[in-house]
Amino acid sequence: MIHQRESFLNNVARQLGRSRNTSMKPERNWQFRPQDKTLTDKTPDELMNVLRDQCQLIHTELIETTSSKLSEILEATVHLYGGGPVSLWKDPRFAEFGLDGLLKETWPSRNVEVNEWDAARGRENIAQAERANIGITFSDITLAESGTVVLFSGAGKGRTVSLLPRNYIALVPKSTIVPRMTQAAQEISRRVQAGETISSCINFITGPSNSADIEMNLVVGVHGPVKAVYIVIGDR
Amino acid sequence: MAMKIGEGKFKENVNNNMEDTFMRGAVAGAQERLRTRRLDAAEELGNWEEWRSHGEEIRKHVLNNLDYYLHELAENLQKRGGHVFFAETAEEATGYIREVVNANGGKKILKAKSMVTEEIGLNGVLENEGCEVIETDLGEYILQLDEHDPPSHIVTPALHKNKEQIRNVFAQKLDYKLTSKPEELALHARETLRQEFLTADIGITGCNFAIAESGSIGLVTNEGNAGLVSDLPKTQIAVMGMERIVPTFEEFEVLVGLLTRSAVGQKLTSYITALSGPREEGDADGPEEFHLVIVDNGRSKILGTEFQSVLQCIRCAACINVCPVYRHIGGHSYNSIYPGPIGAVLTPLLGGYDDFKDLPYASTLCAACTDACPVKIPLHELLHKHRQVIVEKEGRAPISEKLAMKAFGFGAASDPMYAAGSKMAAAMMKPFTKNDRISSGPGPLKAWTEIREFPAPNKERFRDWFKQHEKGGGEQ
Repeated sequence: MIHQRESFLNNVARQLGRSRNTSMKPERNWQFRPQDKTLTDKTPDELMNVLRDQCQLIHTELIETTSSKLSEILEATVHLYGGGPVSLWKDPRFAEFGLDGLLKETWPSRNVEVNEWDAARGRENIAQAERANIGITFSDITLAESGTVVLFSGAGKGRTVSLLPRNYIALVPKSTIVPRMTQAAQEISRRVQAGETISSCINFITGPSNSADIEMNLVVGVHGPVKAVYIVIGDR
Repeated sequence: MAMKIGEGKFKENVNNNMEDTFMRGAVAGAQERLRTRRLDAAEELGNWEEWRSHGEEIRKHVLNNLDYYLHELAENLQKRGGHVFFAETAEEATGYIREVVNANGGKKILKAKSMVTEEIGLNGVLENEGCEVIETDLGEYILQLDEHDPPSHIVTPALHKNKEQIRNVFAQKLDYKLTSKPEELALHARETLRQEFLTADIGITGCNFAIAESGSIGLVTNEGNAGLVSDLPKTQIAVMGMERIVPTFEEFEVLVGLLTRSAVGQKLTSYITALSGPREEGDADGPEEFHLVIVDNGRSKILGTEFQSVLQCIRCAACINVCPVYRHIGGHSYNSIYPGPIGAVLTPLLGGYDDFKDLPYASTLCAACTDACPVKIPLHELLHKHRQVIVEKEGRAPISEKLAMKAFGFGAASDPMYAAGSKMAAAMMKPFTKNDRISSGPGPLKAWTEIREFPAPNKERFRDWFKQHEKGGGEQ
C-alpha cells in the first residue's frame, strides 16, 4: 500500500516551480566520475596487497590459504577462537570447496556443534546463531579498498549468521575480490536494471562491530561479533 | 523529544555550557580527532575535490527531481511487498507509526539511531501509547538511560558525557557494578540489549539513503545495531527525511563513501545494509512486515528557495567537527537536535525564527564548515543569508546589534558627528585598553570581549593619516 503519495508529490513539484514529473526518467549527466579511476588499474595480486593492508586497520585477521588446505585451516581457526557451537549458511560452496568432511564428520565426531541454516526451522535458526561461538559464511563480493565482505541474504543464507555469533569467519574466494564498493554497486545495479529480484538484505560488512561512543575510545565488539577473520582462498 | 531540546535563551545556554570544562575539553578533543581522520581519509582516497563535486552534483540532481525519485522508490518498494506512507507533518508520521504499532500489538520497540525520529518526537508518542521504546546505538542508549539527556552531536550523541558519569548512570539504572572502562561498559550494554533484541515486537530505523531503482533503504552503522533492529523483530518501520534518496546503487556507493569518510574517517563503516522490503519467501530472519515513512515536516518549504542547498546534507557532521563556535559552546547550546553550522542553518528553517533566530549569529562566518562539507553546501553563505532575512524581512536583528547600528547611523550620518566620534574613540576606550587590545569592553562590546579580545581603536584616525599622506607625510 502507498498512502498520500499524490498530494505529497504535487506539493514537492509546486515548490520546485513546475508540474509534477513521475514518468520521464531524469537524465543523469554527471560531470565528475572519480570512481572510474580509483584502484581500477590494479592487478589481482595488487588488490590482494590492498586488502591485506586494510585488514590491519579494521582489526580483522587475514589468513591466506589454498583450496586444498582450506579444511585444515578452517578447523584450526575455529579451534583457536574457542570451537563451537558453529552456525553457518546452507550454501553449496561449502561442498564445492571440500568442506563437507569437516562439517559432517570431523566436527561432529569431536563434539563441535554445527548448525546449518535451515529455513524450514524458522526462528530456531536465530536462537542457534545467538548461542553460536562462531558464525561462518562465504563472501559473495569482496572489496579490497575497505576490507569489506558483501553478503546477499537468501533462503539458506540467514542475515544473522554474520551478526549474532561472538566471532565471525568469512570465507573469501580470491575471485570475489574487486577494487572497491563501486564495482559491487555496479553489479547490483546491473541486476536491478535487468529485472532480477535482488536479495531483501545486502550486507556490506567491514570487520568486527565497534563503537567510539564513550569518550571517543574505540571498543571492538558492541552488538555484533567481537572478532572477525577473513580466510582468503588464493586459487579460487 | 522533538527538534527543540531546551527552553533556555541561547546566550544563557552559552554562559552555562562555557563553564562545563569536561564538555569543552571533550568537544575540542573529539573535533581534533574527527577532523584529522577525515583529512587523512580524504587524502588517502585522492581526488577529494572531484569526489565532493560528484557528491554535490548527485545531491543537486536528486533535489531537483525529487518527485520522480520518491515516486519510483514507492513503486519499487510496493512491488517488494512493503508499505509506504508519505507524511507532510510530524503528526501524520507519528500517527501512522502509532497505528502500525497498535495493529501489530507492539509493546516493546527497538530503535536504531535516527535523527528524523528525534525530530518528529516519535519516542514520546509511542511511550504515551504504553510502549517500551529502547534506543540501541550505544551513545543514544546512554542518553536514554540518563533521563533522556538530549544528544549534543549528530554522529557521537553522548560526546558531552565522561565515562565516570556513564558508569554512574549504568550503576543506577542497570545495577552495574564494574568499572568505568569503556570496554566493560560496552560489554554490559551488549549483554543487556541482546535480550531486548530477541524479544522485541517492532524495529524502527532511520534511513541514510533510500535507493529509488530497487525500493531499498540503506543503513550505515559501526555497531551493527541497525542490522539487528531490522533482522529480529516481526515488523520493521523505517523513517526517512524525504530528501535522503539516490537514483541507483551507483550513487548510493558514492554518497556512503563520502559520509563514512567525512563522519569518522573510515573507508566504510563496519555495517552498511541495503534492505529491500520484508523478508522473501524461504527467509528465516528479517521482518515479515515492512513500512517506510517518508517525512516532509517543513522540508518542502525549503525547496525552490535560496536555502535549497541545505537539503543536500548527508548528516556527516564534518561541519560541526571544524566549527570554532561549536568547539566552545557545545551542542546543547543550540537548543536543537541539529547543532553546529548545519543546525544553525537548518533549525530556523524547520522550526522558525521565533525560537531559533539567534542561531545564524552563532558563527564567525569563517567558512571552515563550507570547506569541510563533502557535498559542498555553502553553509557560511546560508548563515549570512539567514541574517539578511532576519534583518531585512523580519526586522528582528538582535537588540544589541540594532542599538549599535542605530548609534553608528546617528554618528556617521553627519560629518561633524563622525569626526567628533572617531576622534573620541581612542580616548574613550583607553580605560579598557591594554597593549592595543581590549579584553573586557563596556556596553555592546561586552559580549564580544567575554570570549575574545577586540583590537583597540587606532590612536591615529585614518582620516588624519590620509591627510598627512596626501601632503606627502611620512610612511606610517
